[in-house]
Order: sequence, then C-alpha cells, then structure tokens
Amino acid sequence: MSGTLALDVAHVLAGGLVLVSFMMLYQDRLSALLNIFALHALVLAASVGWQAEVQGAPHLFLTAGIAFLFKAVAIPLALHRMIRRLGIHREVETVIGIGPTMLAGMMLVALSIAVMLQVTEGADPLAREDLAFALAVVLLGMLMMVTRRNAVSQVVGFMSLENGLVLAATGAKGMPLVVEISVAFSILIAFIVIGIFLFRIRERFDTVDVHALDRHRGEQP
Amino acid sequence: MTGTDELAIRAILAVPLAAALLLAALPGYRLTARLNVLAALATFAAALALLAGERPPPGPYLIVDDLNIVFIVLGTLVGFTTSVFSASYIQHELDTGRLAPVHLRFYHAMYQALMFAMNLALLANNVGLMWVAVELATLTTVVMVGIYRTREALEAAWKYFILGSVGIALALFGTILVYMAAHPVVGPGRDAMMWSVLVQHAATFDASMLNLAFVFLLLGYGTKVGLAPLHAWLPDAHAEGPTPISAVLSGLLLNVALYAVLRFKLLLAANPGALAPGPLMVTLGLVSLLFAAFMLYRRRDIKRLFAYSSIEHMGIVAFAFGMGGPIANFAGLLHMVLHSLTKSAIFFAVGHVAQVKGTQKLADIGGLTTSHPWLGWGLVLGVVAIAGLPPFGMFMSEFMIVTSTFARGQLLAVPFAVGLLVALGALLLRLNGVAFGPVRGSVAPARASYVPMYAHLVLVLGAGVYLPPPLVAWFRHVAAVLG
Repeated sequence: MSGTLALDVAHVLAGGLVLVSFMMLYQDRLSALLNIFALHALVLAASVGWQAEVQGAPHLFLTAGIAFLFKAVAIPLALHRMIRRLGIHREVETVIGIGPTMLAGMMLVALSIAVMLQVTEGADPLAREDLAFALAVVLLGMLMMVTRRNAVSQVVGFMSLENGLVLAATGAKGMPLVVEISVAFSILIAFIVIGIFLFRIRERFDTVDVHALDRHRGEQP
Repeated sequence: MTGTDELAIRAILAVPLAAALLLAALPGYRLTARLNVLAALATFAAALALLAGERPPPGPYLIVDDLNIVFIVLGTLVGFTTSVFSASYIQHELDTGRLAPVHLRFYHAMYQALMFAMNLALLANNVGLMWVAVELATLTTVVMVGIYRTREALEAAWKYFILGSVGIALALFGTILVYMAAHPVVGPGRDAMMWSVLVQHAATFDASMLNLAFVFLLLGYGTKVGLAPLHAWLPDAHAEGPTPISAVLSGLLLNVALYAVLRFKLLLAANPGALAPGPLMVTLGLVSLLFAAFMLYRRRDIKRLFAYSSIEHMGIVAFAFGMGGPIANFAGLLHMVLHSLTKSAIFFAVGHVAQVKGTQKLADIGGLTTSHPWLGWGLVLGVVAIAGLPPFGMFMSEFMIVTSTFARGQLLAVPFAVGLLVALGALLLRLNGVAFGPVRGSVAPARASYVPMYAHLVLVLGAGVYLPPPLVAWFRHVAAVLG
C-alpha cells in the first residue's frame, strides 16, 4: 500500500518536472522564463527530497537542499538582476515558432518514453519510469537550447537539462557520488552565470548574424 | 603494493594541484612561468616512475593499468614541453600588451588545474569521478580560451562552454545508465561504478541498457573528442585562445575524452548481447576524416587550419579503434601518440609565427623558410609529418590502418584512403604558401624556444625510422587489451 503511494508521488513529481519543462518552452519573455525555471527547480527539489525519504538515503536531502537554495532561489534572483541591468527582460526571441517547438517537444517525450521503457524492462519500476521522465526533461532542455538565441535563455535551457540529470541520478537507487556530481554541476552553472556577468556578453545579444561571425573566423576573404 | 608506486600516483595528482594553488597566489610572471615548467617536469617524472614500477592493484578511486599509463605518460610529457613553450610565448604576449601580469597568474594556475583534471580523469577507477574530472578539465580550458577577452575569444569560449556542457551532460546520463545496468548484478554502491569491477562483470549486464548507455557516452565524450558532427566548438576554441592552450587541447584533452570512450567500449565488447561498438566509431571517425579533409581547403586562418587537421586525425584514431583487432588497435594507439606530439610541435611553431607576423591569416604569412629558417623548417617538418608522409612515424601508423582495413573491408578502406589523400593535398598546398615563395609579413627576428618543437619532431621521426622493441611489445599488449 505504502509502496504504491511512494511510487505514485514519485511519478507525480517526475511527471510534473516534464510538464514544467513544457511550460518553459512557450515562455517568450525572459523574466517569465526565469520564474518558470525557479518552479522547475522547486519541483526537482521536492522530487529529490521524496526520493531521499523513500530510499532512506539522507545524503540525497543535501542534493535537494542544493537544488532548492541554489537553483530555485539564488540563480533566478541573480539572473533577474542581470537581465534587468542589461535591459533585456522583455526580450522576445525564438528561432522557430512556439507551435513547432511544442510539437517537437511532444515527439521527444514520446521518443524518450518509448525508448526507456523498452530498454529498462528488467529494472525496478521506480527507477525505470523516473529515468524515462528524466530523459524527457533532458531532451526538452536541449530543444530549448537550440530554439533560443539569447545567452541567458540558453543557460536556462542548460540548467533545466541538468535538472533532468539530477532526477535520473537520484532515481538510480544507491548511486554513489550523486551529491558530488550535483555540487560539480552547481559549480559549472555558477561559472556560466558569473561568465555572462563578468564578461558582459552584451554584444552577443544583438549580433546573432552568422555572417558577422564568419568574418571574425577569417573564413571569408 | 610498493611504496614508490603509491607515491608516484599521489605525485601525479598532488603536484599539479599544489602548483595550481601556489601559482594562483604568487605574483611575478617570471617566477610563475618557471614554477609552471618545474611542476610539469615533476609530474612527468612521477609518470615515468609509475611506468617503470609495478602496477599497483586498483584502489576504490584510482587505477593504473596498461591502458591508461600510455595516456598518462604522453599527457605529462606534452604538458611539460608545452609549459616550456608557454614560458617564451607568454613573454611575447606581455611585451605586446595582449595579456596583463594579473591574467598570467590566472593562466598558470588554470594550466596546472587542467593538468590535475586530466590526470585525475585518466587515473580514475570510478566512472563518476572520471566524469567530474572531465568536467573540471572543460571548465579550465574554457576560461583559458577566453583569456584574451576579445569579442572573438569570448564568442569561442562561450560556444565551447555550451557545446562542451551539453556533451558533458549527455555523458553523465550515459554514466547513470551504466550504473543502472551494473546495479542488479554488482549491487548498489561504489562497486557498481568501479572500472575494475564493471569490466569483470560486464558480460552479465543487461545488454540493451548498456547499448543505450554507450550511445549517450559516445555522443557525450565524442563531443569532447571533436568528432564530426559534434566538432563545432573545436576550431573556434583552438583559434581564439592562447596557442599553448591550442597545443594542450589538441595534444591532450582530445585524447582524454577518447580514453573515456575506449573504456566504455571495453565494457560493451565484454558483453556478448550488446551491440558491437566498432561500427559506430568507424562511422563517426570516417565522417570526421572526410569532413575535415575537405574543410581544410577553405581555411584562411593558420590555427583554424590545424584545428581542422586535429578533427581529421581524431577521426582516423576513432576509425582505427572502431575497426579493432591487434593491428588496427596498435596503429590507432601509435597514431594517437604521434598525433599528440606532432600537433603540439606544429602549434609551438604556429604560435611563434603568429606572434612574429602579428596575424593568423594564411594570406599574410609567406616565405617563412627564408625569413625565419628555424621556425619555417620546423613547421615544414611538422606538416610533412602530420600529412602522413615518410619517413615520419605517422606514415607507418596510417599505412597500417589502411592495410588492415583493406584486409577486412575493402569498401571502408577506399573512402578512408581518399580522406587521407585529400587532407594531404590541402596541407601541402597551404604549407607551400606559408613556408616558401616570397616573404610576406614582418621579418623581425623571433624570440622563440625551439627545443620543445624539435624534441617532439625528433621523437616522431624516430618512431618512423625505428620503434624500440620494448615499446612495440608494450603497445601490442595494450592493443590486445583493447580487443
């Protein structure tokens, strides 16, 4: 009885993460996108916390704590400040339209579920479906990175991708080094954010002209 | 386990780490440049001690075996010679004001941090630890690629960062899947992530899970190897960063990523139900080779030219390891070692050439053998070697790959040979313009250190003329391990 409940809650939370990933796909303003990302991290923290409870693995609470404090609070706040300073918080930018993006997203989710459920027939059910959802979140994050041009929204896409990985890692029962890996990832992300901030990749935001880049590369005479 | 081996392993990791911290704290670039060389030399010495000594049994986190010792010795050697080159390169950058002393502190600390990360990735006996180390190596190189802070350098660093991070993320997903595959057999916890345990039990893992894991790992670490179509970061990162970093990227970091792929390939090879990893690597390798070979013709920037040549050669190596078998593996290993040595030698030459001429544009560089004979002829020798012409060692390794491929699948050998010839043509064409003919660009004398470059070239030439039997026996053994 309690076993199925544990499974159900884990499913709801993992499925919720996929849903929030979809919500990120159709945000066309940066500030709204950051809010949704904070929600994404919040759902992840809840999901990881639940896994920690169910698996009886107290070290996972640490990962949940990192997800909450760092990704749901600190990073969104820092990015909010940054985009307001750079004056791009209202920016609307997508390479392809919302409709095709959502369609592609749905196909990716179907693909990941079809692949994962087939491959992991032997694994235990909790890990198995978590993994399918996690792959969906990873693929949606990648989709987001390729459909956006702005450096900030690419970073948000990358962070949501990373949330999917943390979900997968916590779903794999007893996997060591999960905390270390989530710390390593946090460092990576902090680097990215600091990188945008320090180097002020401001110019990036207005020149996305591929020809301009080609000229820099010395590939045009 | 004898004490000295234990000490050597610790030194390989501890020396670069301590040096990174020390160099970050010390002012004064002359001192730090020397300390950088010294630390790299000490690391190389430790690697040699490890090679000479007995192999200690694998520990929970670190392992030394016949496979990774090749990469470690090669890596620390190129790390050492590059630090020598870097000292003279940096001097010039300071004089021309492209770098400030404060950047150098950072640069040297990052250089040693990179050495630490690469050695850790190679020595790791834990797939998770290896992943963390590769990520650390990526971060340090990203920072160094962007060190000039020009618009192009930032662009290159950003692109490298994003693509590298996605690659790293895919590799992590693959790593998790490997753990999931090992979990039912080995049980939960640390054992299910240890190489030494994984390889023993790989035969009983769930095959389909392992297949899926390998696809992610190949794409993930393959991004870092620079295999087409995942190579987009590589030319920019090579062209816009400081040249010592281009040398380290091509000479070392690509190898480390390739090492990771090879390790996982061993897991798949040990499992009878899993798909054969060979054809996947052969395809990626062949695509990289052909793509890069044709792209070589369109390059107008000298560092970009050799960056594409790195893609080409990593393609050749991946192709050879994908073909498998004793001869192809042997040739792949030899080719990888010689490519590291030759390509870093070329970048040593190119770094000084670009400094003297004040440009990286191929059109503005000419007649080097007349204006700067030492640099010019060094570059000529390097390009002749990298193009796979005799008497240099890469002729032999390429010849072995072609013949062993012909013996097993003639259809594959034809495009492979075509790729080699196309690349050869492009390199010689560009070399002709740069090294011979009328002098173009500045004729100011170069203040260069020729020792690292010619030392590498002598090694490559030596390998082409005579391979010492112990080396052959060693490589043969590793080739047999690779299956």
